[in-house]
Parts: sequence; C-alpha cells; structure tokens
Amino acid sequence: MGIMKFLRPKNELETGGRNSLPEQKAVSEPEMTCPNCHKTIPVSKLRGNQFICQCGHHFRMSARQRLSFITDEGSFTEMFTDVENTDPLQFPGYKNKLETLRKTNKENEAVLCGTAEINKYKCCIFIMDPFFMMGSMGTVVGEKITRLFEYATEKRMPVIGYTVSGGARMQEGLFSLMQMAKTSGAVKRHSDAGLLYVTVLTDPTTGGVTASFAMEGDIILSEPGATVGFAGARVIEQTTRKSLPKGFQTAEFMMEHGFIDAIVSRQSQKKVIAAILRMHKEGK
Amino acid sequence: MSITAYERVRTARDNKRPTAVNYIRNMFLDFIEMHGDRGFADDRAIVGGIARIGDMPVTVIGIEKGQNTKDRILHSFGAPNPEGYRKALRLMKQAEKFHRPVVCFVDTSGAYCGIGAEERGQGEAIAKNLMEMMTLKTPIISLVIGEGGSGGALALAVANKVWMMENAIYSVISPEGCASILWKDAKRAEEAADVLKLTAQDSLENDIIDEVISEENLGTEAFYYSLRDKIEAELRELSALTMDELLEQRYQHFRKIGRPMA
Repeated sequence: MGIMKFLRPKNELETGGRNSLPEQKAVSEPEMTCPNCHKTIPVSKLRGNQFICQCGHHFRMSARQRLSFITDEGSFTEMFTDVENTDPLQFPGYKNKLETLRKTNKENEAVLCGTAEINKYKCCIFIMDPFFMMGSMGTVVGEKITRLFEYATEKRMPVIGYTVSGGARMQEGLFSLMQMAKTSGAVKRHSDAGLLYVTVLTDPTTGGVTASFAMEGDIILSEPGATVGFAGARVIEQTTRKSLPKGFQTAEFMMEHGFIDAIVSRQSQKKVIAAILRMHKEGK
Repeated sequence: MSITAYERVRTARDNKRPTAVNYIRNMFLDFIEMHGDRGFADDRAIVGGIARIGDMPVTVIGIEKGQNTKDRILHSFGAPNPEGYRKALRLMKQAEKFHRPVVCFVDTSGAYCGIGAEERGQGEAIAKNLMEMMTLKTPIISLVIGEGGSGGALALAVANKVWMMENAIYSVISPEGCASILWKDAKRAEEAADVLKLTAQDSLENDIIDEVISEENLGTEAFYYSLRDKIEAELRELSALTMDELLEQRYQHFRKIGRPMA
C-alpha cells in the first residue's frame, strides 16, 4: 500500500491517470477558457498568476492551491482529517460518489481545516473546495468547521474562513441542514469569547453556507465577481417570472446592498488579511 | 397499511391543516401581536407577539401560511422575507430581556425566494437567527406543525426542544427539488421523499428532534389543551435549569448531530 502510493505519479489528472503510459510525443499543455474575456490560457500560466486571468477574472481553485497562496510556506498543519463520512441516510449512490471523488480529487471532503501563519500571524483557517461536490456542506464539513471553531475558542485564536458552496448537501438530508445550526453555535461561542472571525466569500457562496457561517464573520470579504446569494438565480427567475437586475447576486451587488465589507482581489488577500490579523492581535 | 413518506408530505401541505395562528389563538391567552422588524417592514409571513400560557408570559412566533386564498396571499404563503426573520429575532431579544420563554411554530415550504429577499440579505438574516438563538438566554421550544422547509424553517428552530407533529415534515430540500436534481425528474418526488427521511418519525429516529406529537383530534379543543399543557410543563422544566445548563443543553442538541462515533 505504502509502496503503491510512492509509485503513483504525482498528478494523475494531468497525466491522464496511472494506467496511461507517458507518450513520447509532446503532450499539449492543458488550457482553460476564461468565461469573462473568452481567451484561452495555459493552466501553467494561470497557476503562476494565482488563477487570475489578465482580464481580472478569478478562476475557481482547489482548497490546496488556495492554501499555498494565502498561508506562509510550510506553516499549515492540517486538522481533523480523521472525520469520516458515515452516509447517515444510506442515500442511493452517495457512497460511490464520495469514493470516486476521493480518488480523483485526493481530498477526503469539501473543506480543509488547520492552523497556519499568514505573514507570521498565527490563525486557524478553513478553506472550502469547489471541486468536491461543489463545496456542499454535509456532516463532515459541519463537524470539521465546528471543531475548528471550538479549538480556536479554546486556544484564543482568530479564524480565517474561505467559503465556496452550493449549499447544504442534499444526500445527507436533515443531517446536513442541522450543520447550519451546529456551525453557527460554534461561531457564536467563538465570537462571544471576543475572538476574530474573517470570512472570504469566493465563487460561488450560496444556500445553507451563506445562511450560516459565511455571513457570520466579524469582517466579510469577497473575491471580485463571486456569486453570493441564498436562493439560486435560476430558481428565483422561474418562480418570480421577473428578469433579474444586472449583476444580481455578485459580490459587488451584495456589497452595494450592505452585506460585504470589502472586495479584495486574490493578489491582495494575504496582505489585507495579515493587516487585519495585526490589528486584532491579543495582548501586546 | 403504513403511510408513505409522500402521503405525509401531502398531509403536511394540506390547506385545511391548522396553521400557526390556530395554534396561537387556541393555546395562549391575551395574545397581542407585534409587527415589524424596526428596520424595513412588517413581514406578515411571520406572526409574533406576547401572550400567556396559564400564568406564564411567553413570546410566541409562528410562520403563518394563511387561512384562505386571500389570507394566504397576505401572508405570502408562509414564505418569510429577511425582515420576517429579523422581526422574529427582535421579538426573541425582547423575550430575553423580560425573561419570557419563546415558543415557535414552524410551517414553511422555505424562505421567500425573490429578488428583494436576496437584496435584503436572506442568507444573512437566517444566519443571524441561527447564531443568536443558540445563546438566547431564555428557554425556546420549536414545533414543526406542517412543513419544515430547509433553512427558512431552521431559522426558527434552534431550540432547547424541537417537536414535530405526527404528519409534519422536515427537510433540507423539497422532495420535488431533490428529484429534479437527482433524477432530472420532479415527478419522482415520491421516491425522493422516501430517501430524504423527512417524516417526523424519521427525524426522531435520527435523533434530530425530541418528540413526535400525536395528531389525534387535531384541531379540536381537547387537542389544543393537551398540547398547551405539555408546552407549559416543558417550559417549567426548562426554566428550572440554570442559564449555563439551558444554553449547554441547546448547544449539545445540535452539536451531537453528525458527530462521528469515537
């Protein structure tokens, strides 16, 4: 088992999986098309620019990738990796879906939690992952975030949280819904202890996550252009039969309506978060 | 023959079922309704105020679906806007100040889905209620009397005791919504209702609610009086706890849900 892991190529996705033999001819580099300016950009170039297009569009990125842009190198200690999904409703097809995702994503769930330093300021951090069931919140996500806030409360540490989510995870039914209350309770205790919680909303932050810990930060930041809302835009359009206003449910729209403190581009986030942490340092 | 989950869904949504106002008027004395969130508007989807249960002053808050077509439009079919949740929170804070327990009646297909609701922060309003209810320094009982539709229902159900009527449902998504996402076919709602485990009995077995209330004689005087006595007795028990015990009990009620076995 250990040896097999060792032999496995570093990035299965880009090499086409371990069963495909490396071909002699040059493999064309993977590219992505910007949904904003429609230009095609090589992934390597995007990675070098924190997944931001020249036009300013912020691409979605995995939690691990984000971690490397935000935290000081080598400072992250991951926590609660042992929290396992129990498929509480024995929901049809769910277990298989999770297994497949774990293999392809190499993440066990839709959120990463741990402690880290940001420009030397220590904090607890959670980062949700859009590529794991669209960051939906089930019991594992709820449990990990709750534990992180409980840990942060005990150790008197600030929490930085990057949200991205389609909402509560349908496959865990009422168990998922209850995670909204559970996480909110842990956030409240952390808040009542006088501790700082900063959320950074990323594309898309919606549904049950918006209606719980995403909107519970002392300071709510957002990436530019991120979709931020509660109900889905298409559902609203269908039920109300009204055309949606321009820019509806974007971060900019939500800031205009008073629900976001500031929009911060990805290049500036580390600096801004470090400055916030510095201004909330406990003691002297 | 046992009743299917989808039959419960139909019963829970039945127009002829008692709504929050029926419960409030039949179980409490001297109900005085309070309007508005002191910020934007009065959302009629939520009815709230002060009343007595026996000698005990209480704050009562319910999501009201309306009694007839005209009334249902007035109450936007029991789909609250952000200002509705903010009104509810205002009344809860008032209850905390005057040491009154809070009784909530939950009956909604979900929070209102609309442009204005988003512009005024539906997500933020629900999130705030979840947070604030968790540490509200007074006992809270929530009863799901019909539909417990997702976050819009939970925003009034962070309580020390959560009860459900025998034919009420409580779910993260409507069975129709679930079926259309899962199988691209809203007509398979019956199957979805099964797999979602949304009945009162399921919720009890999953240790998410505390009790299922029998619907025998639903809507009769005997029904209301016995439920009223039960609520009163529970409130007295909760009031006997210290504040720390009360808040810890509420926290643990939710903390335990989805915690993997050690």
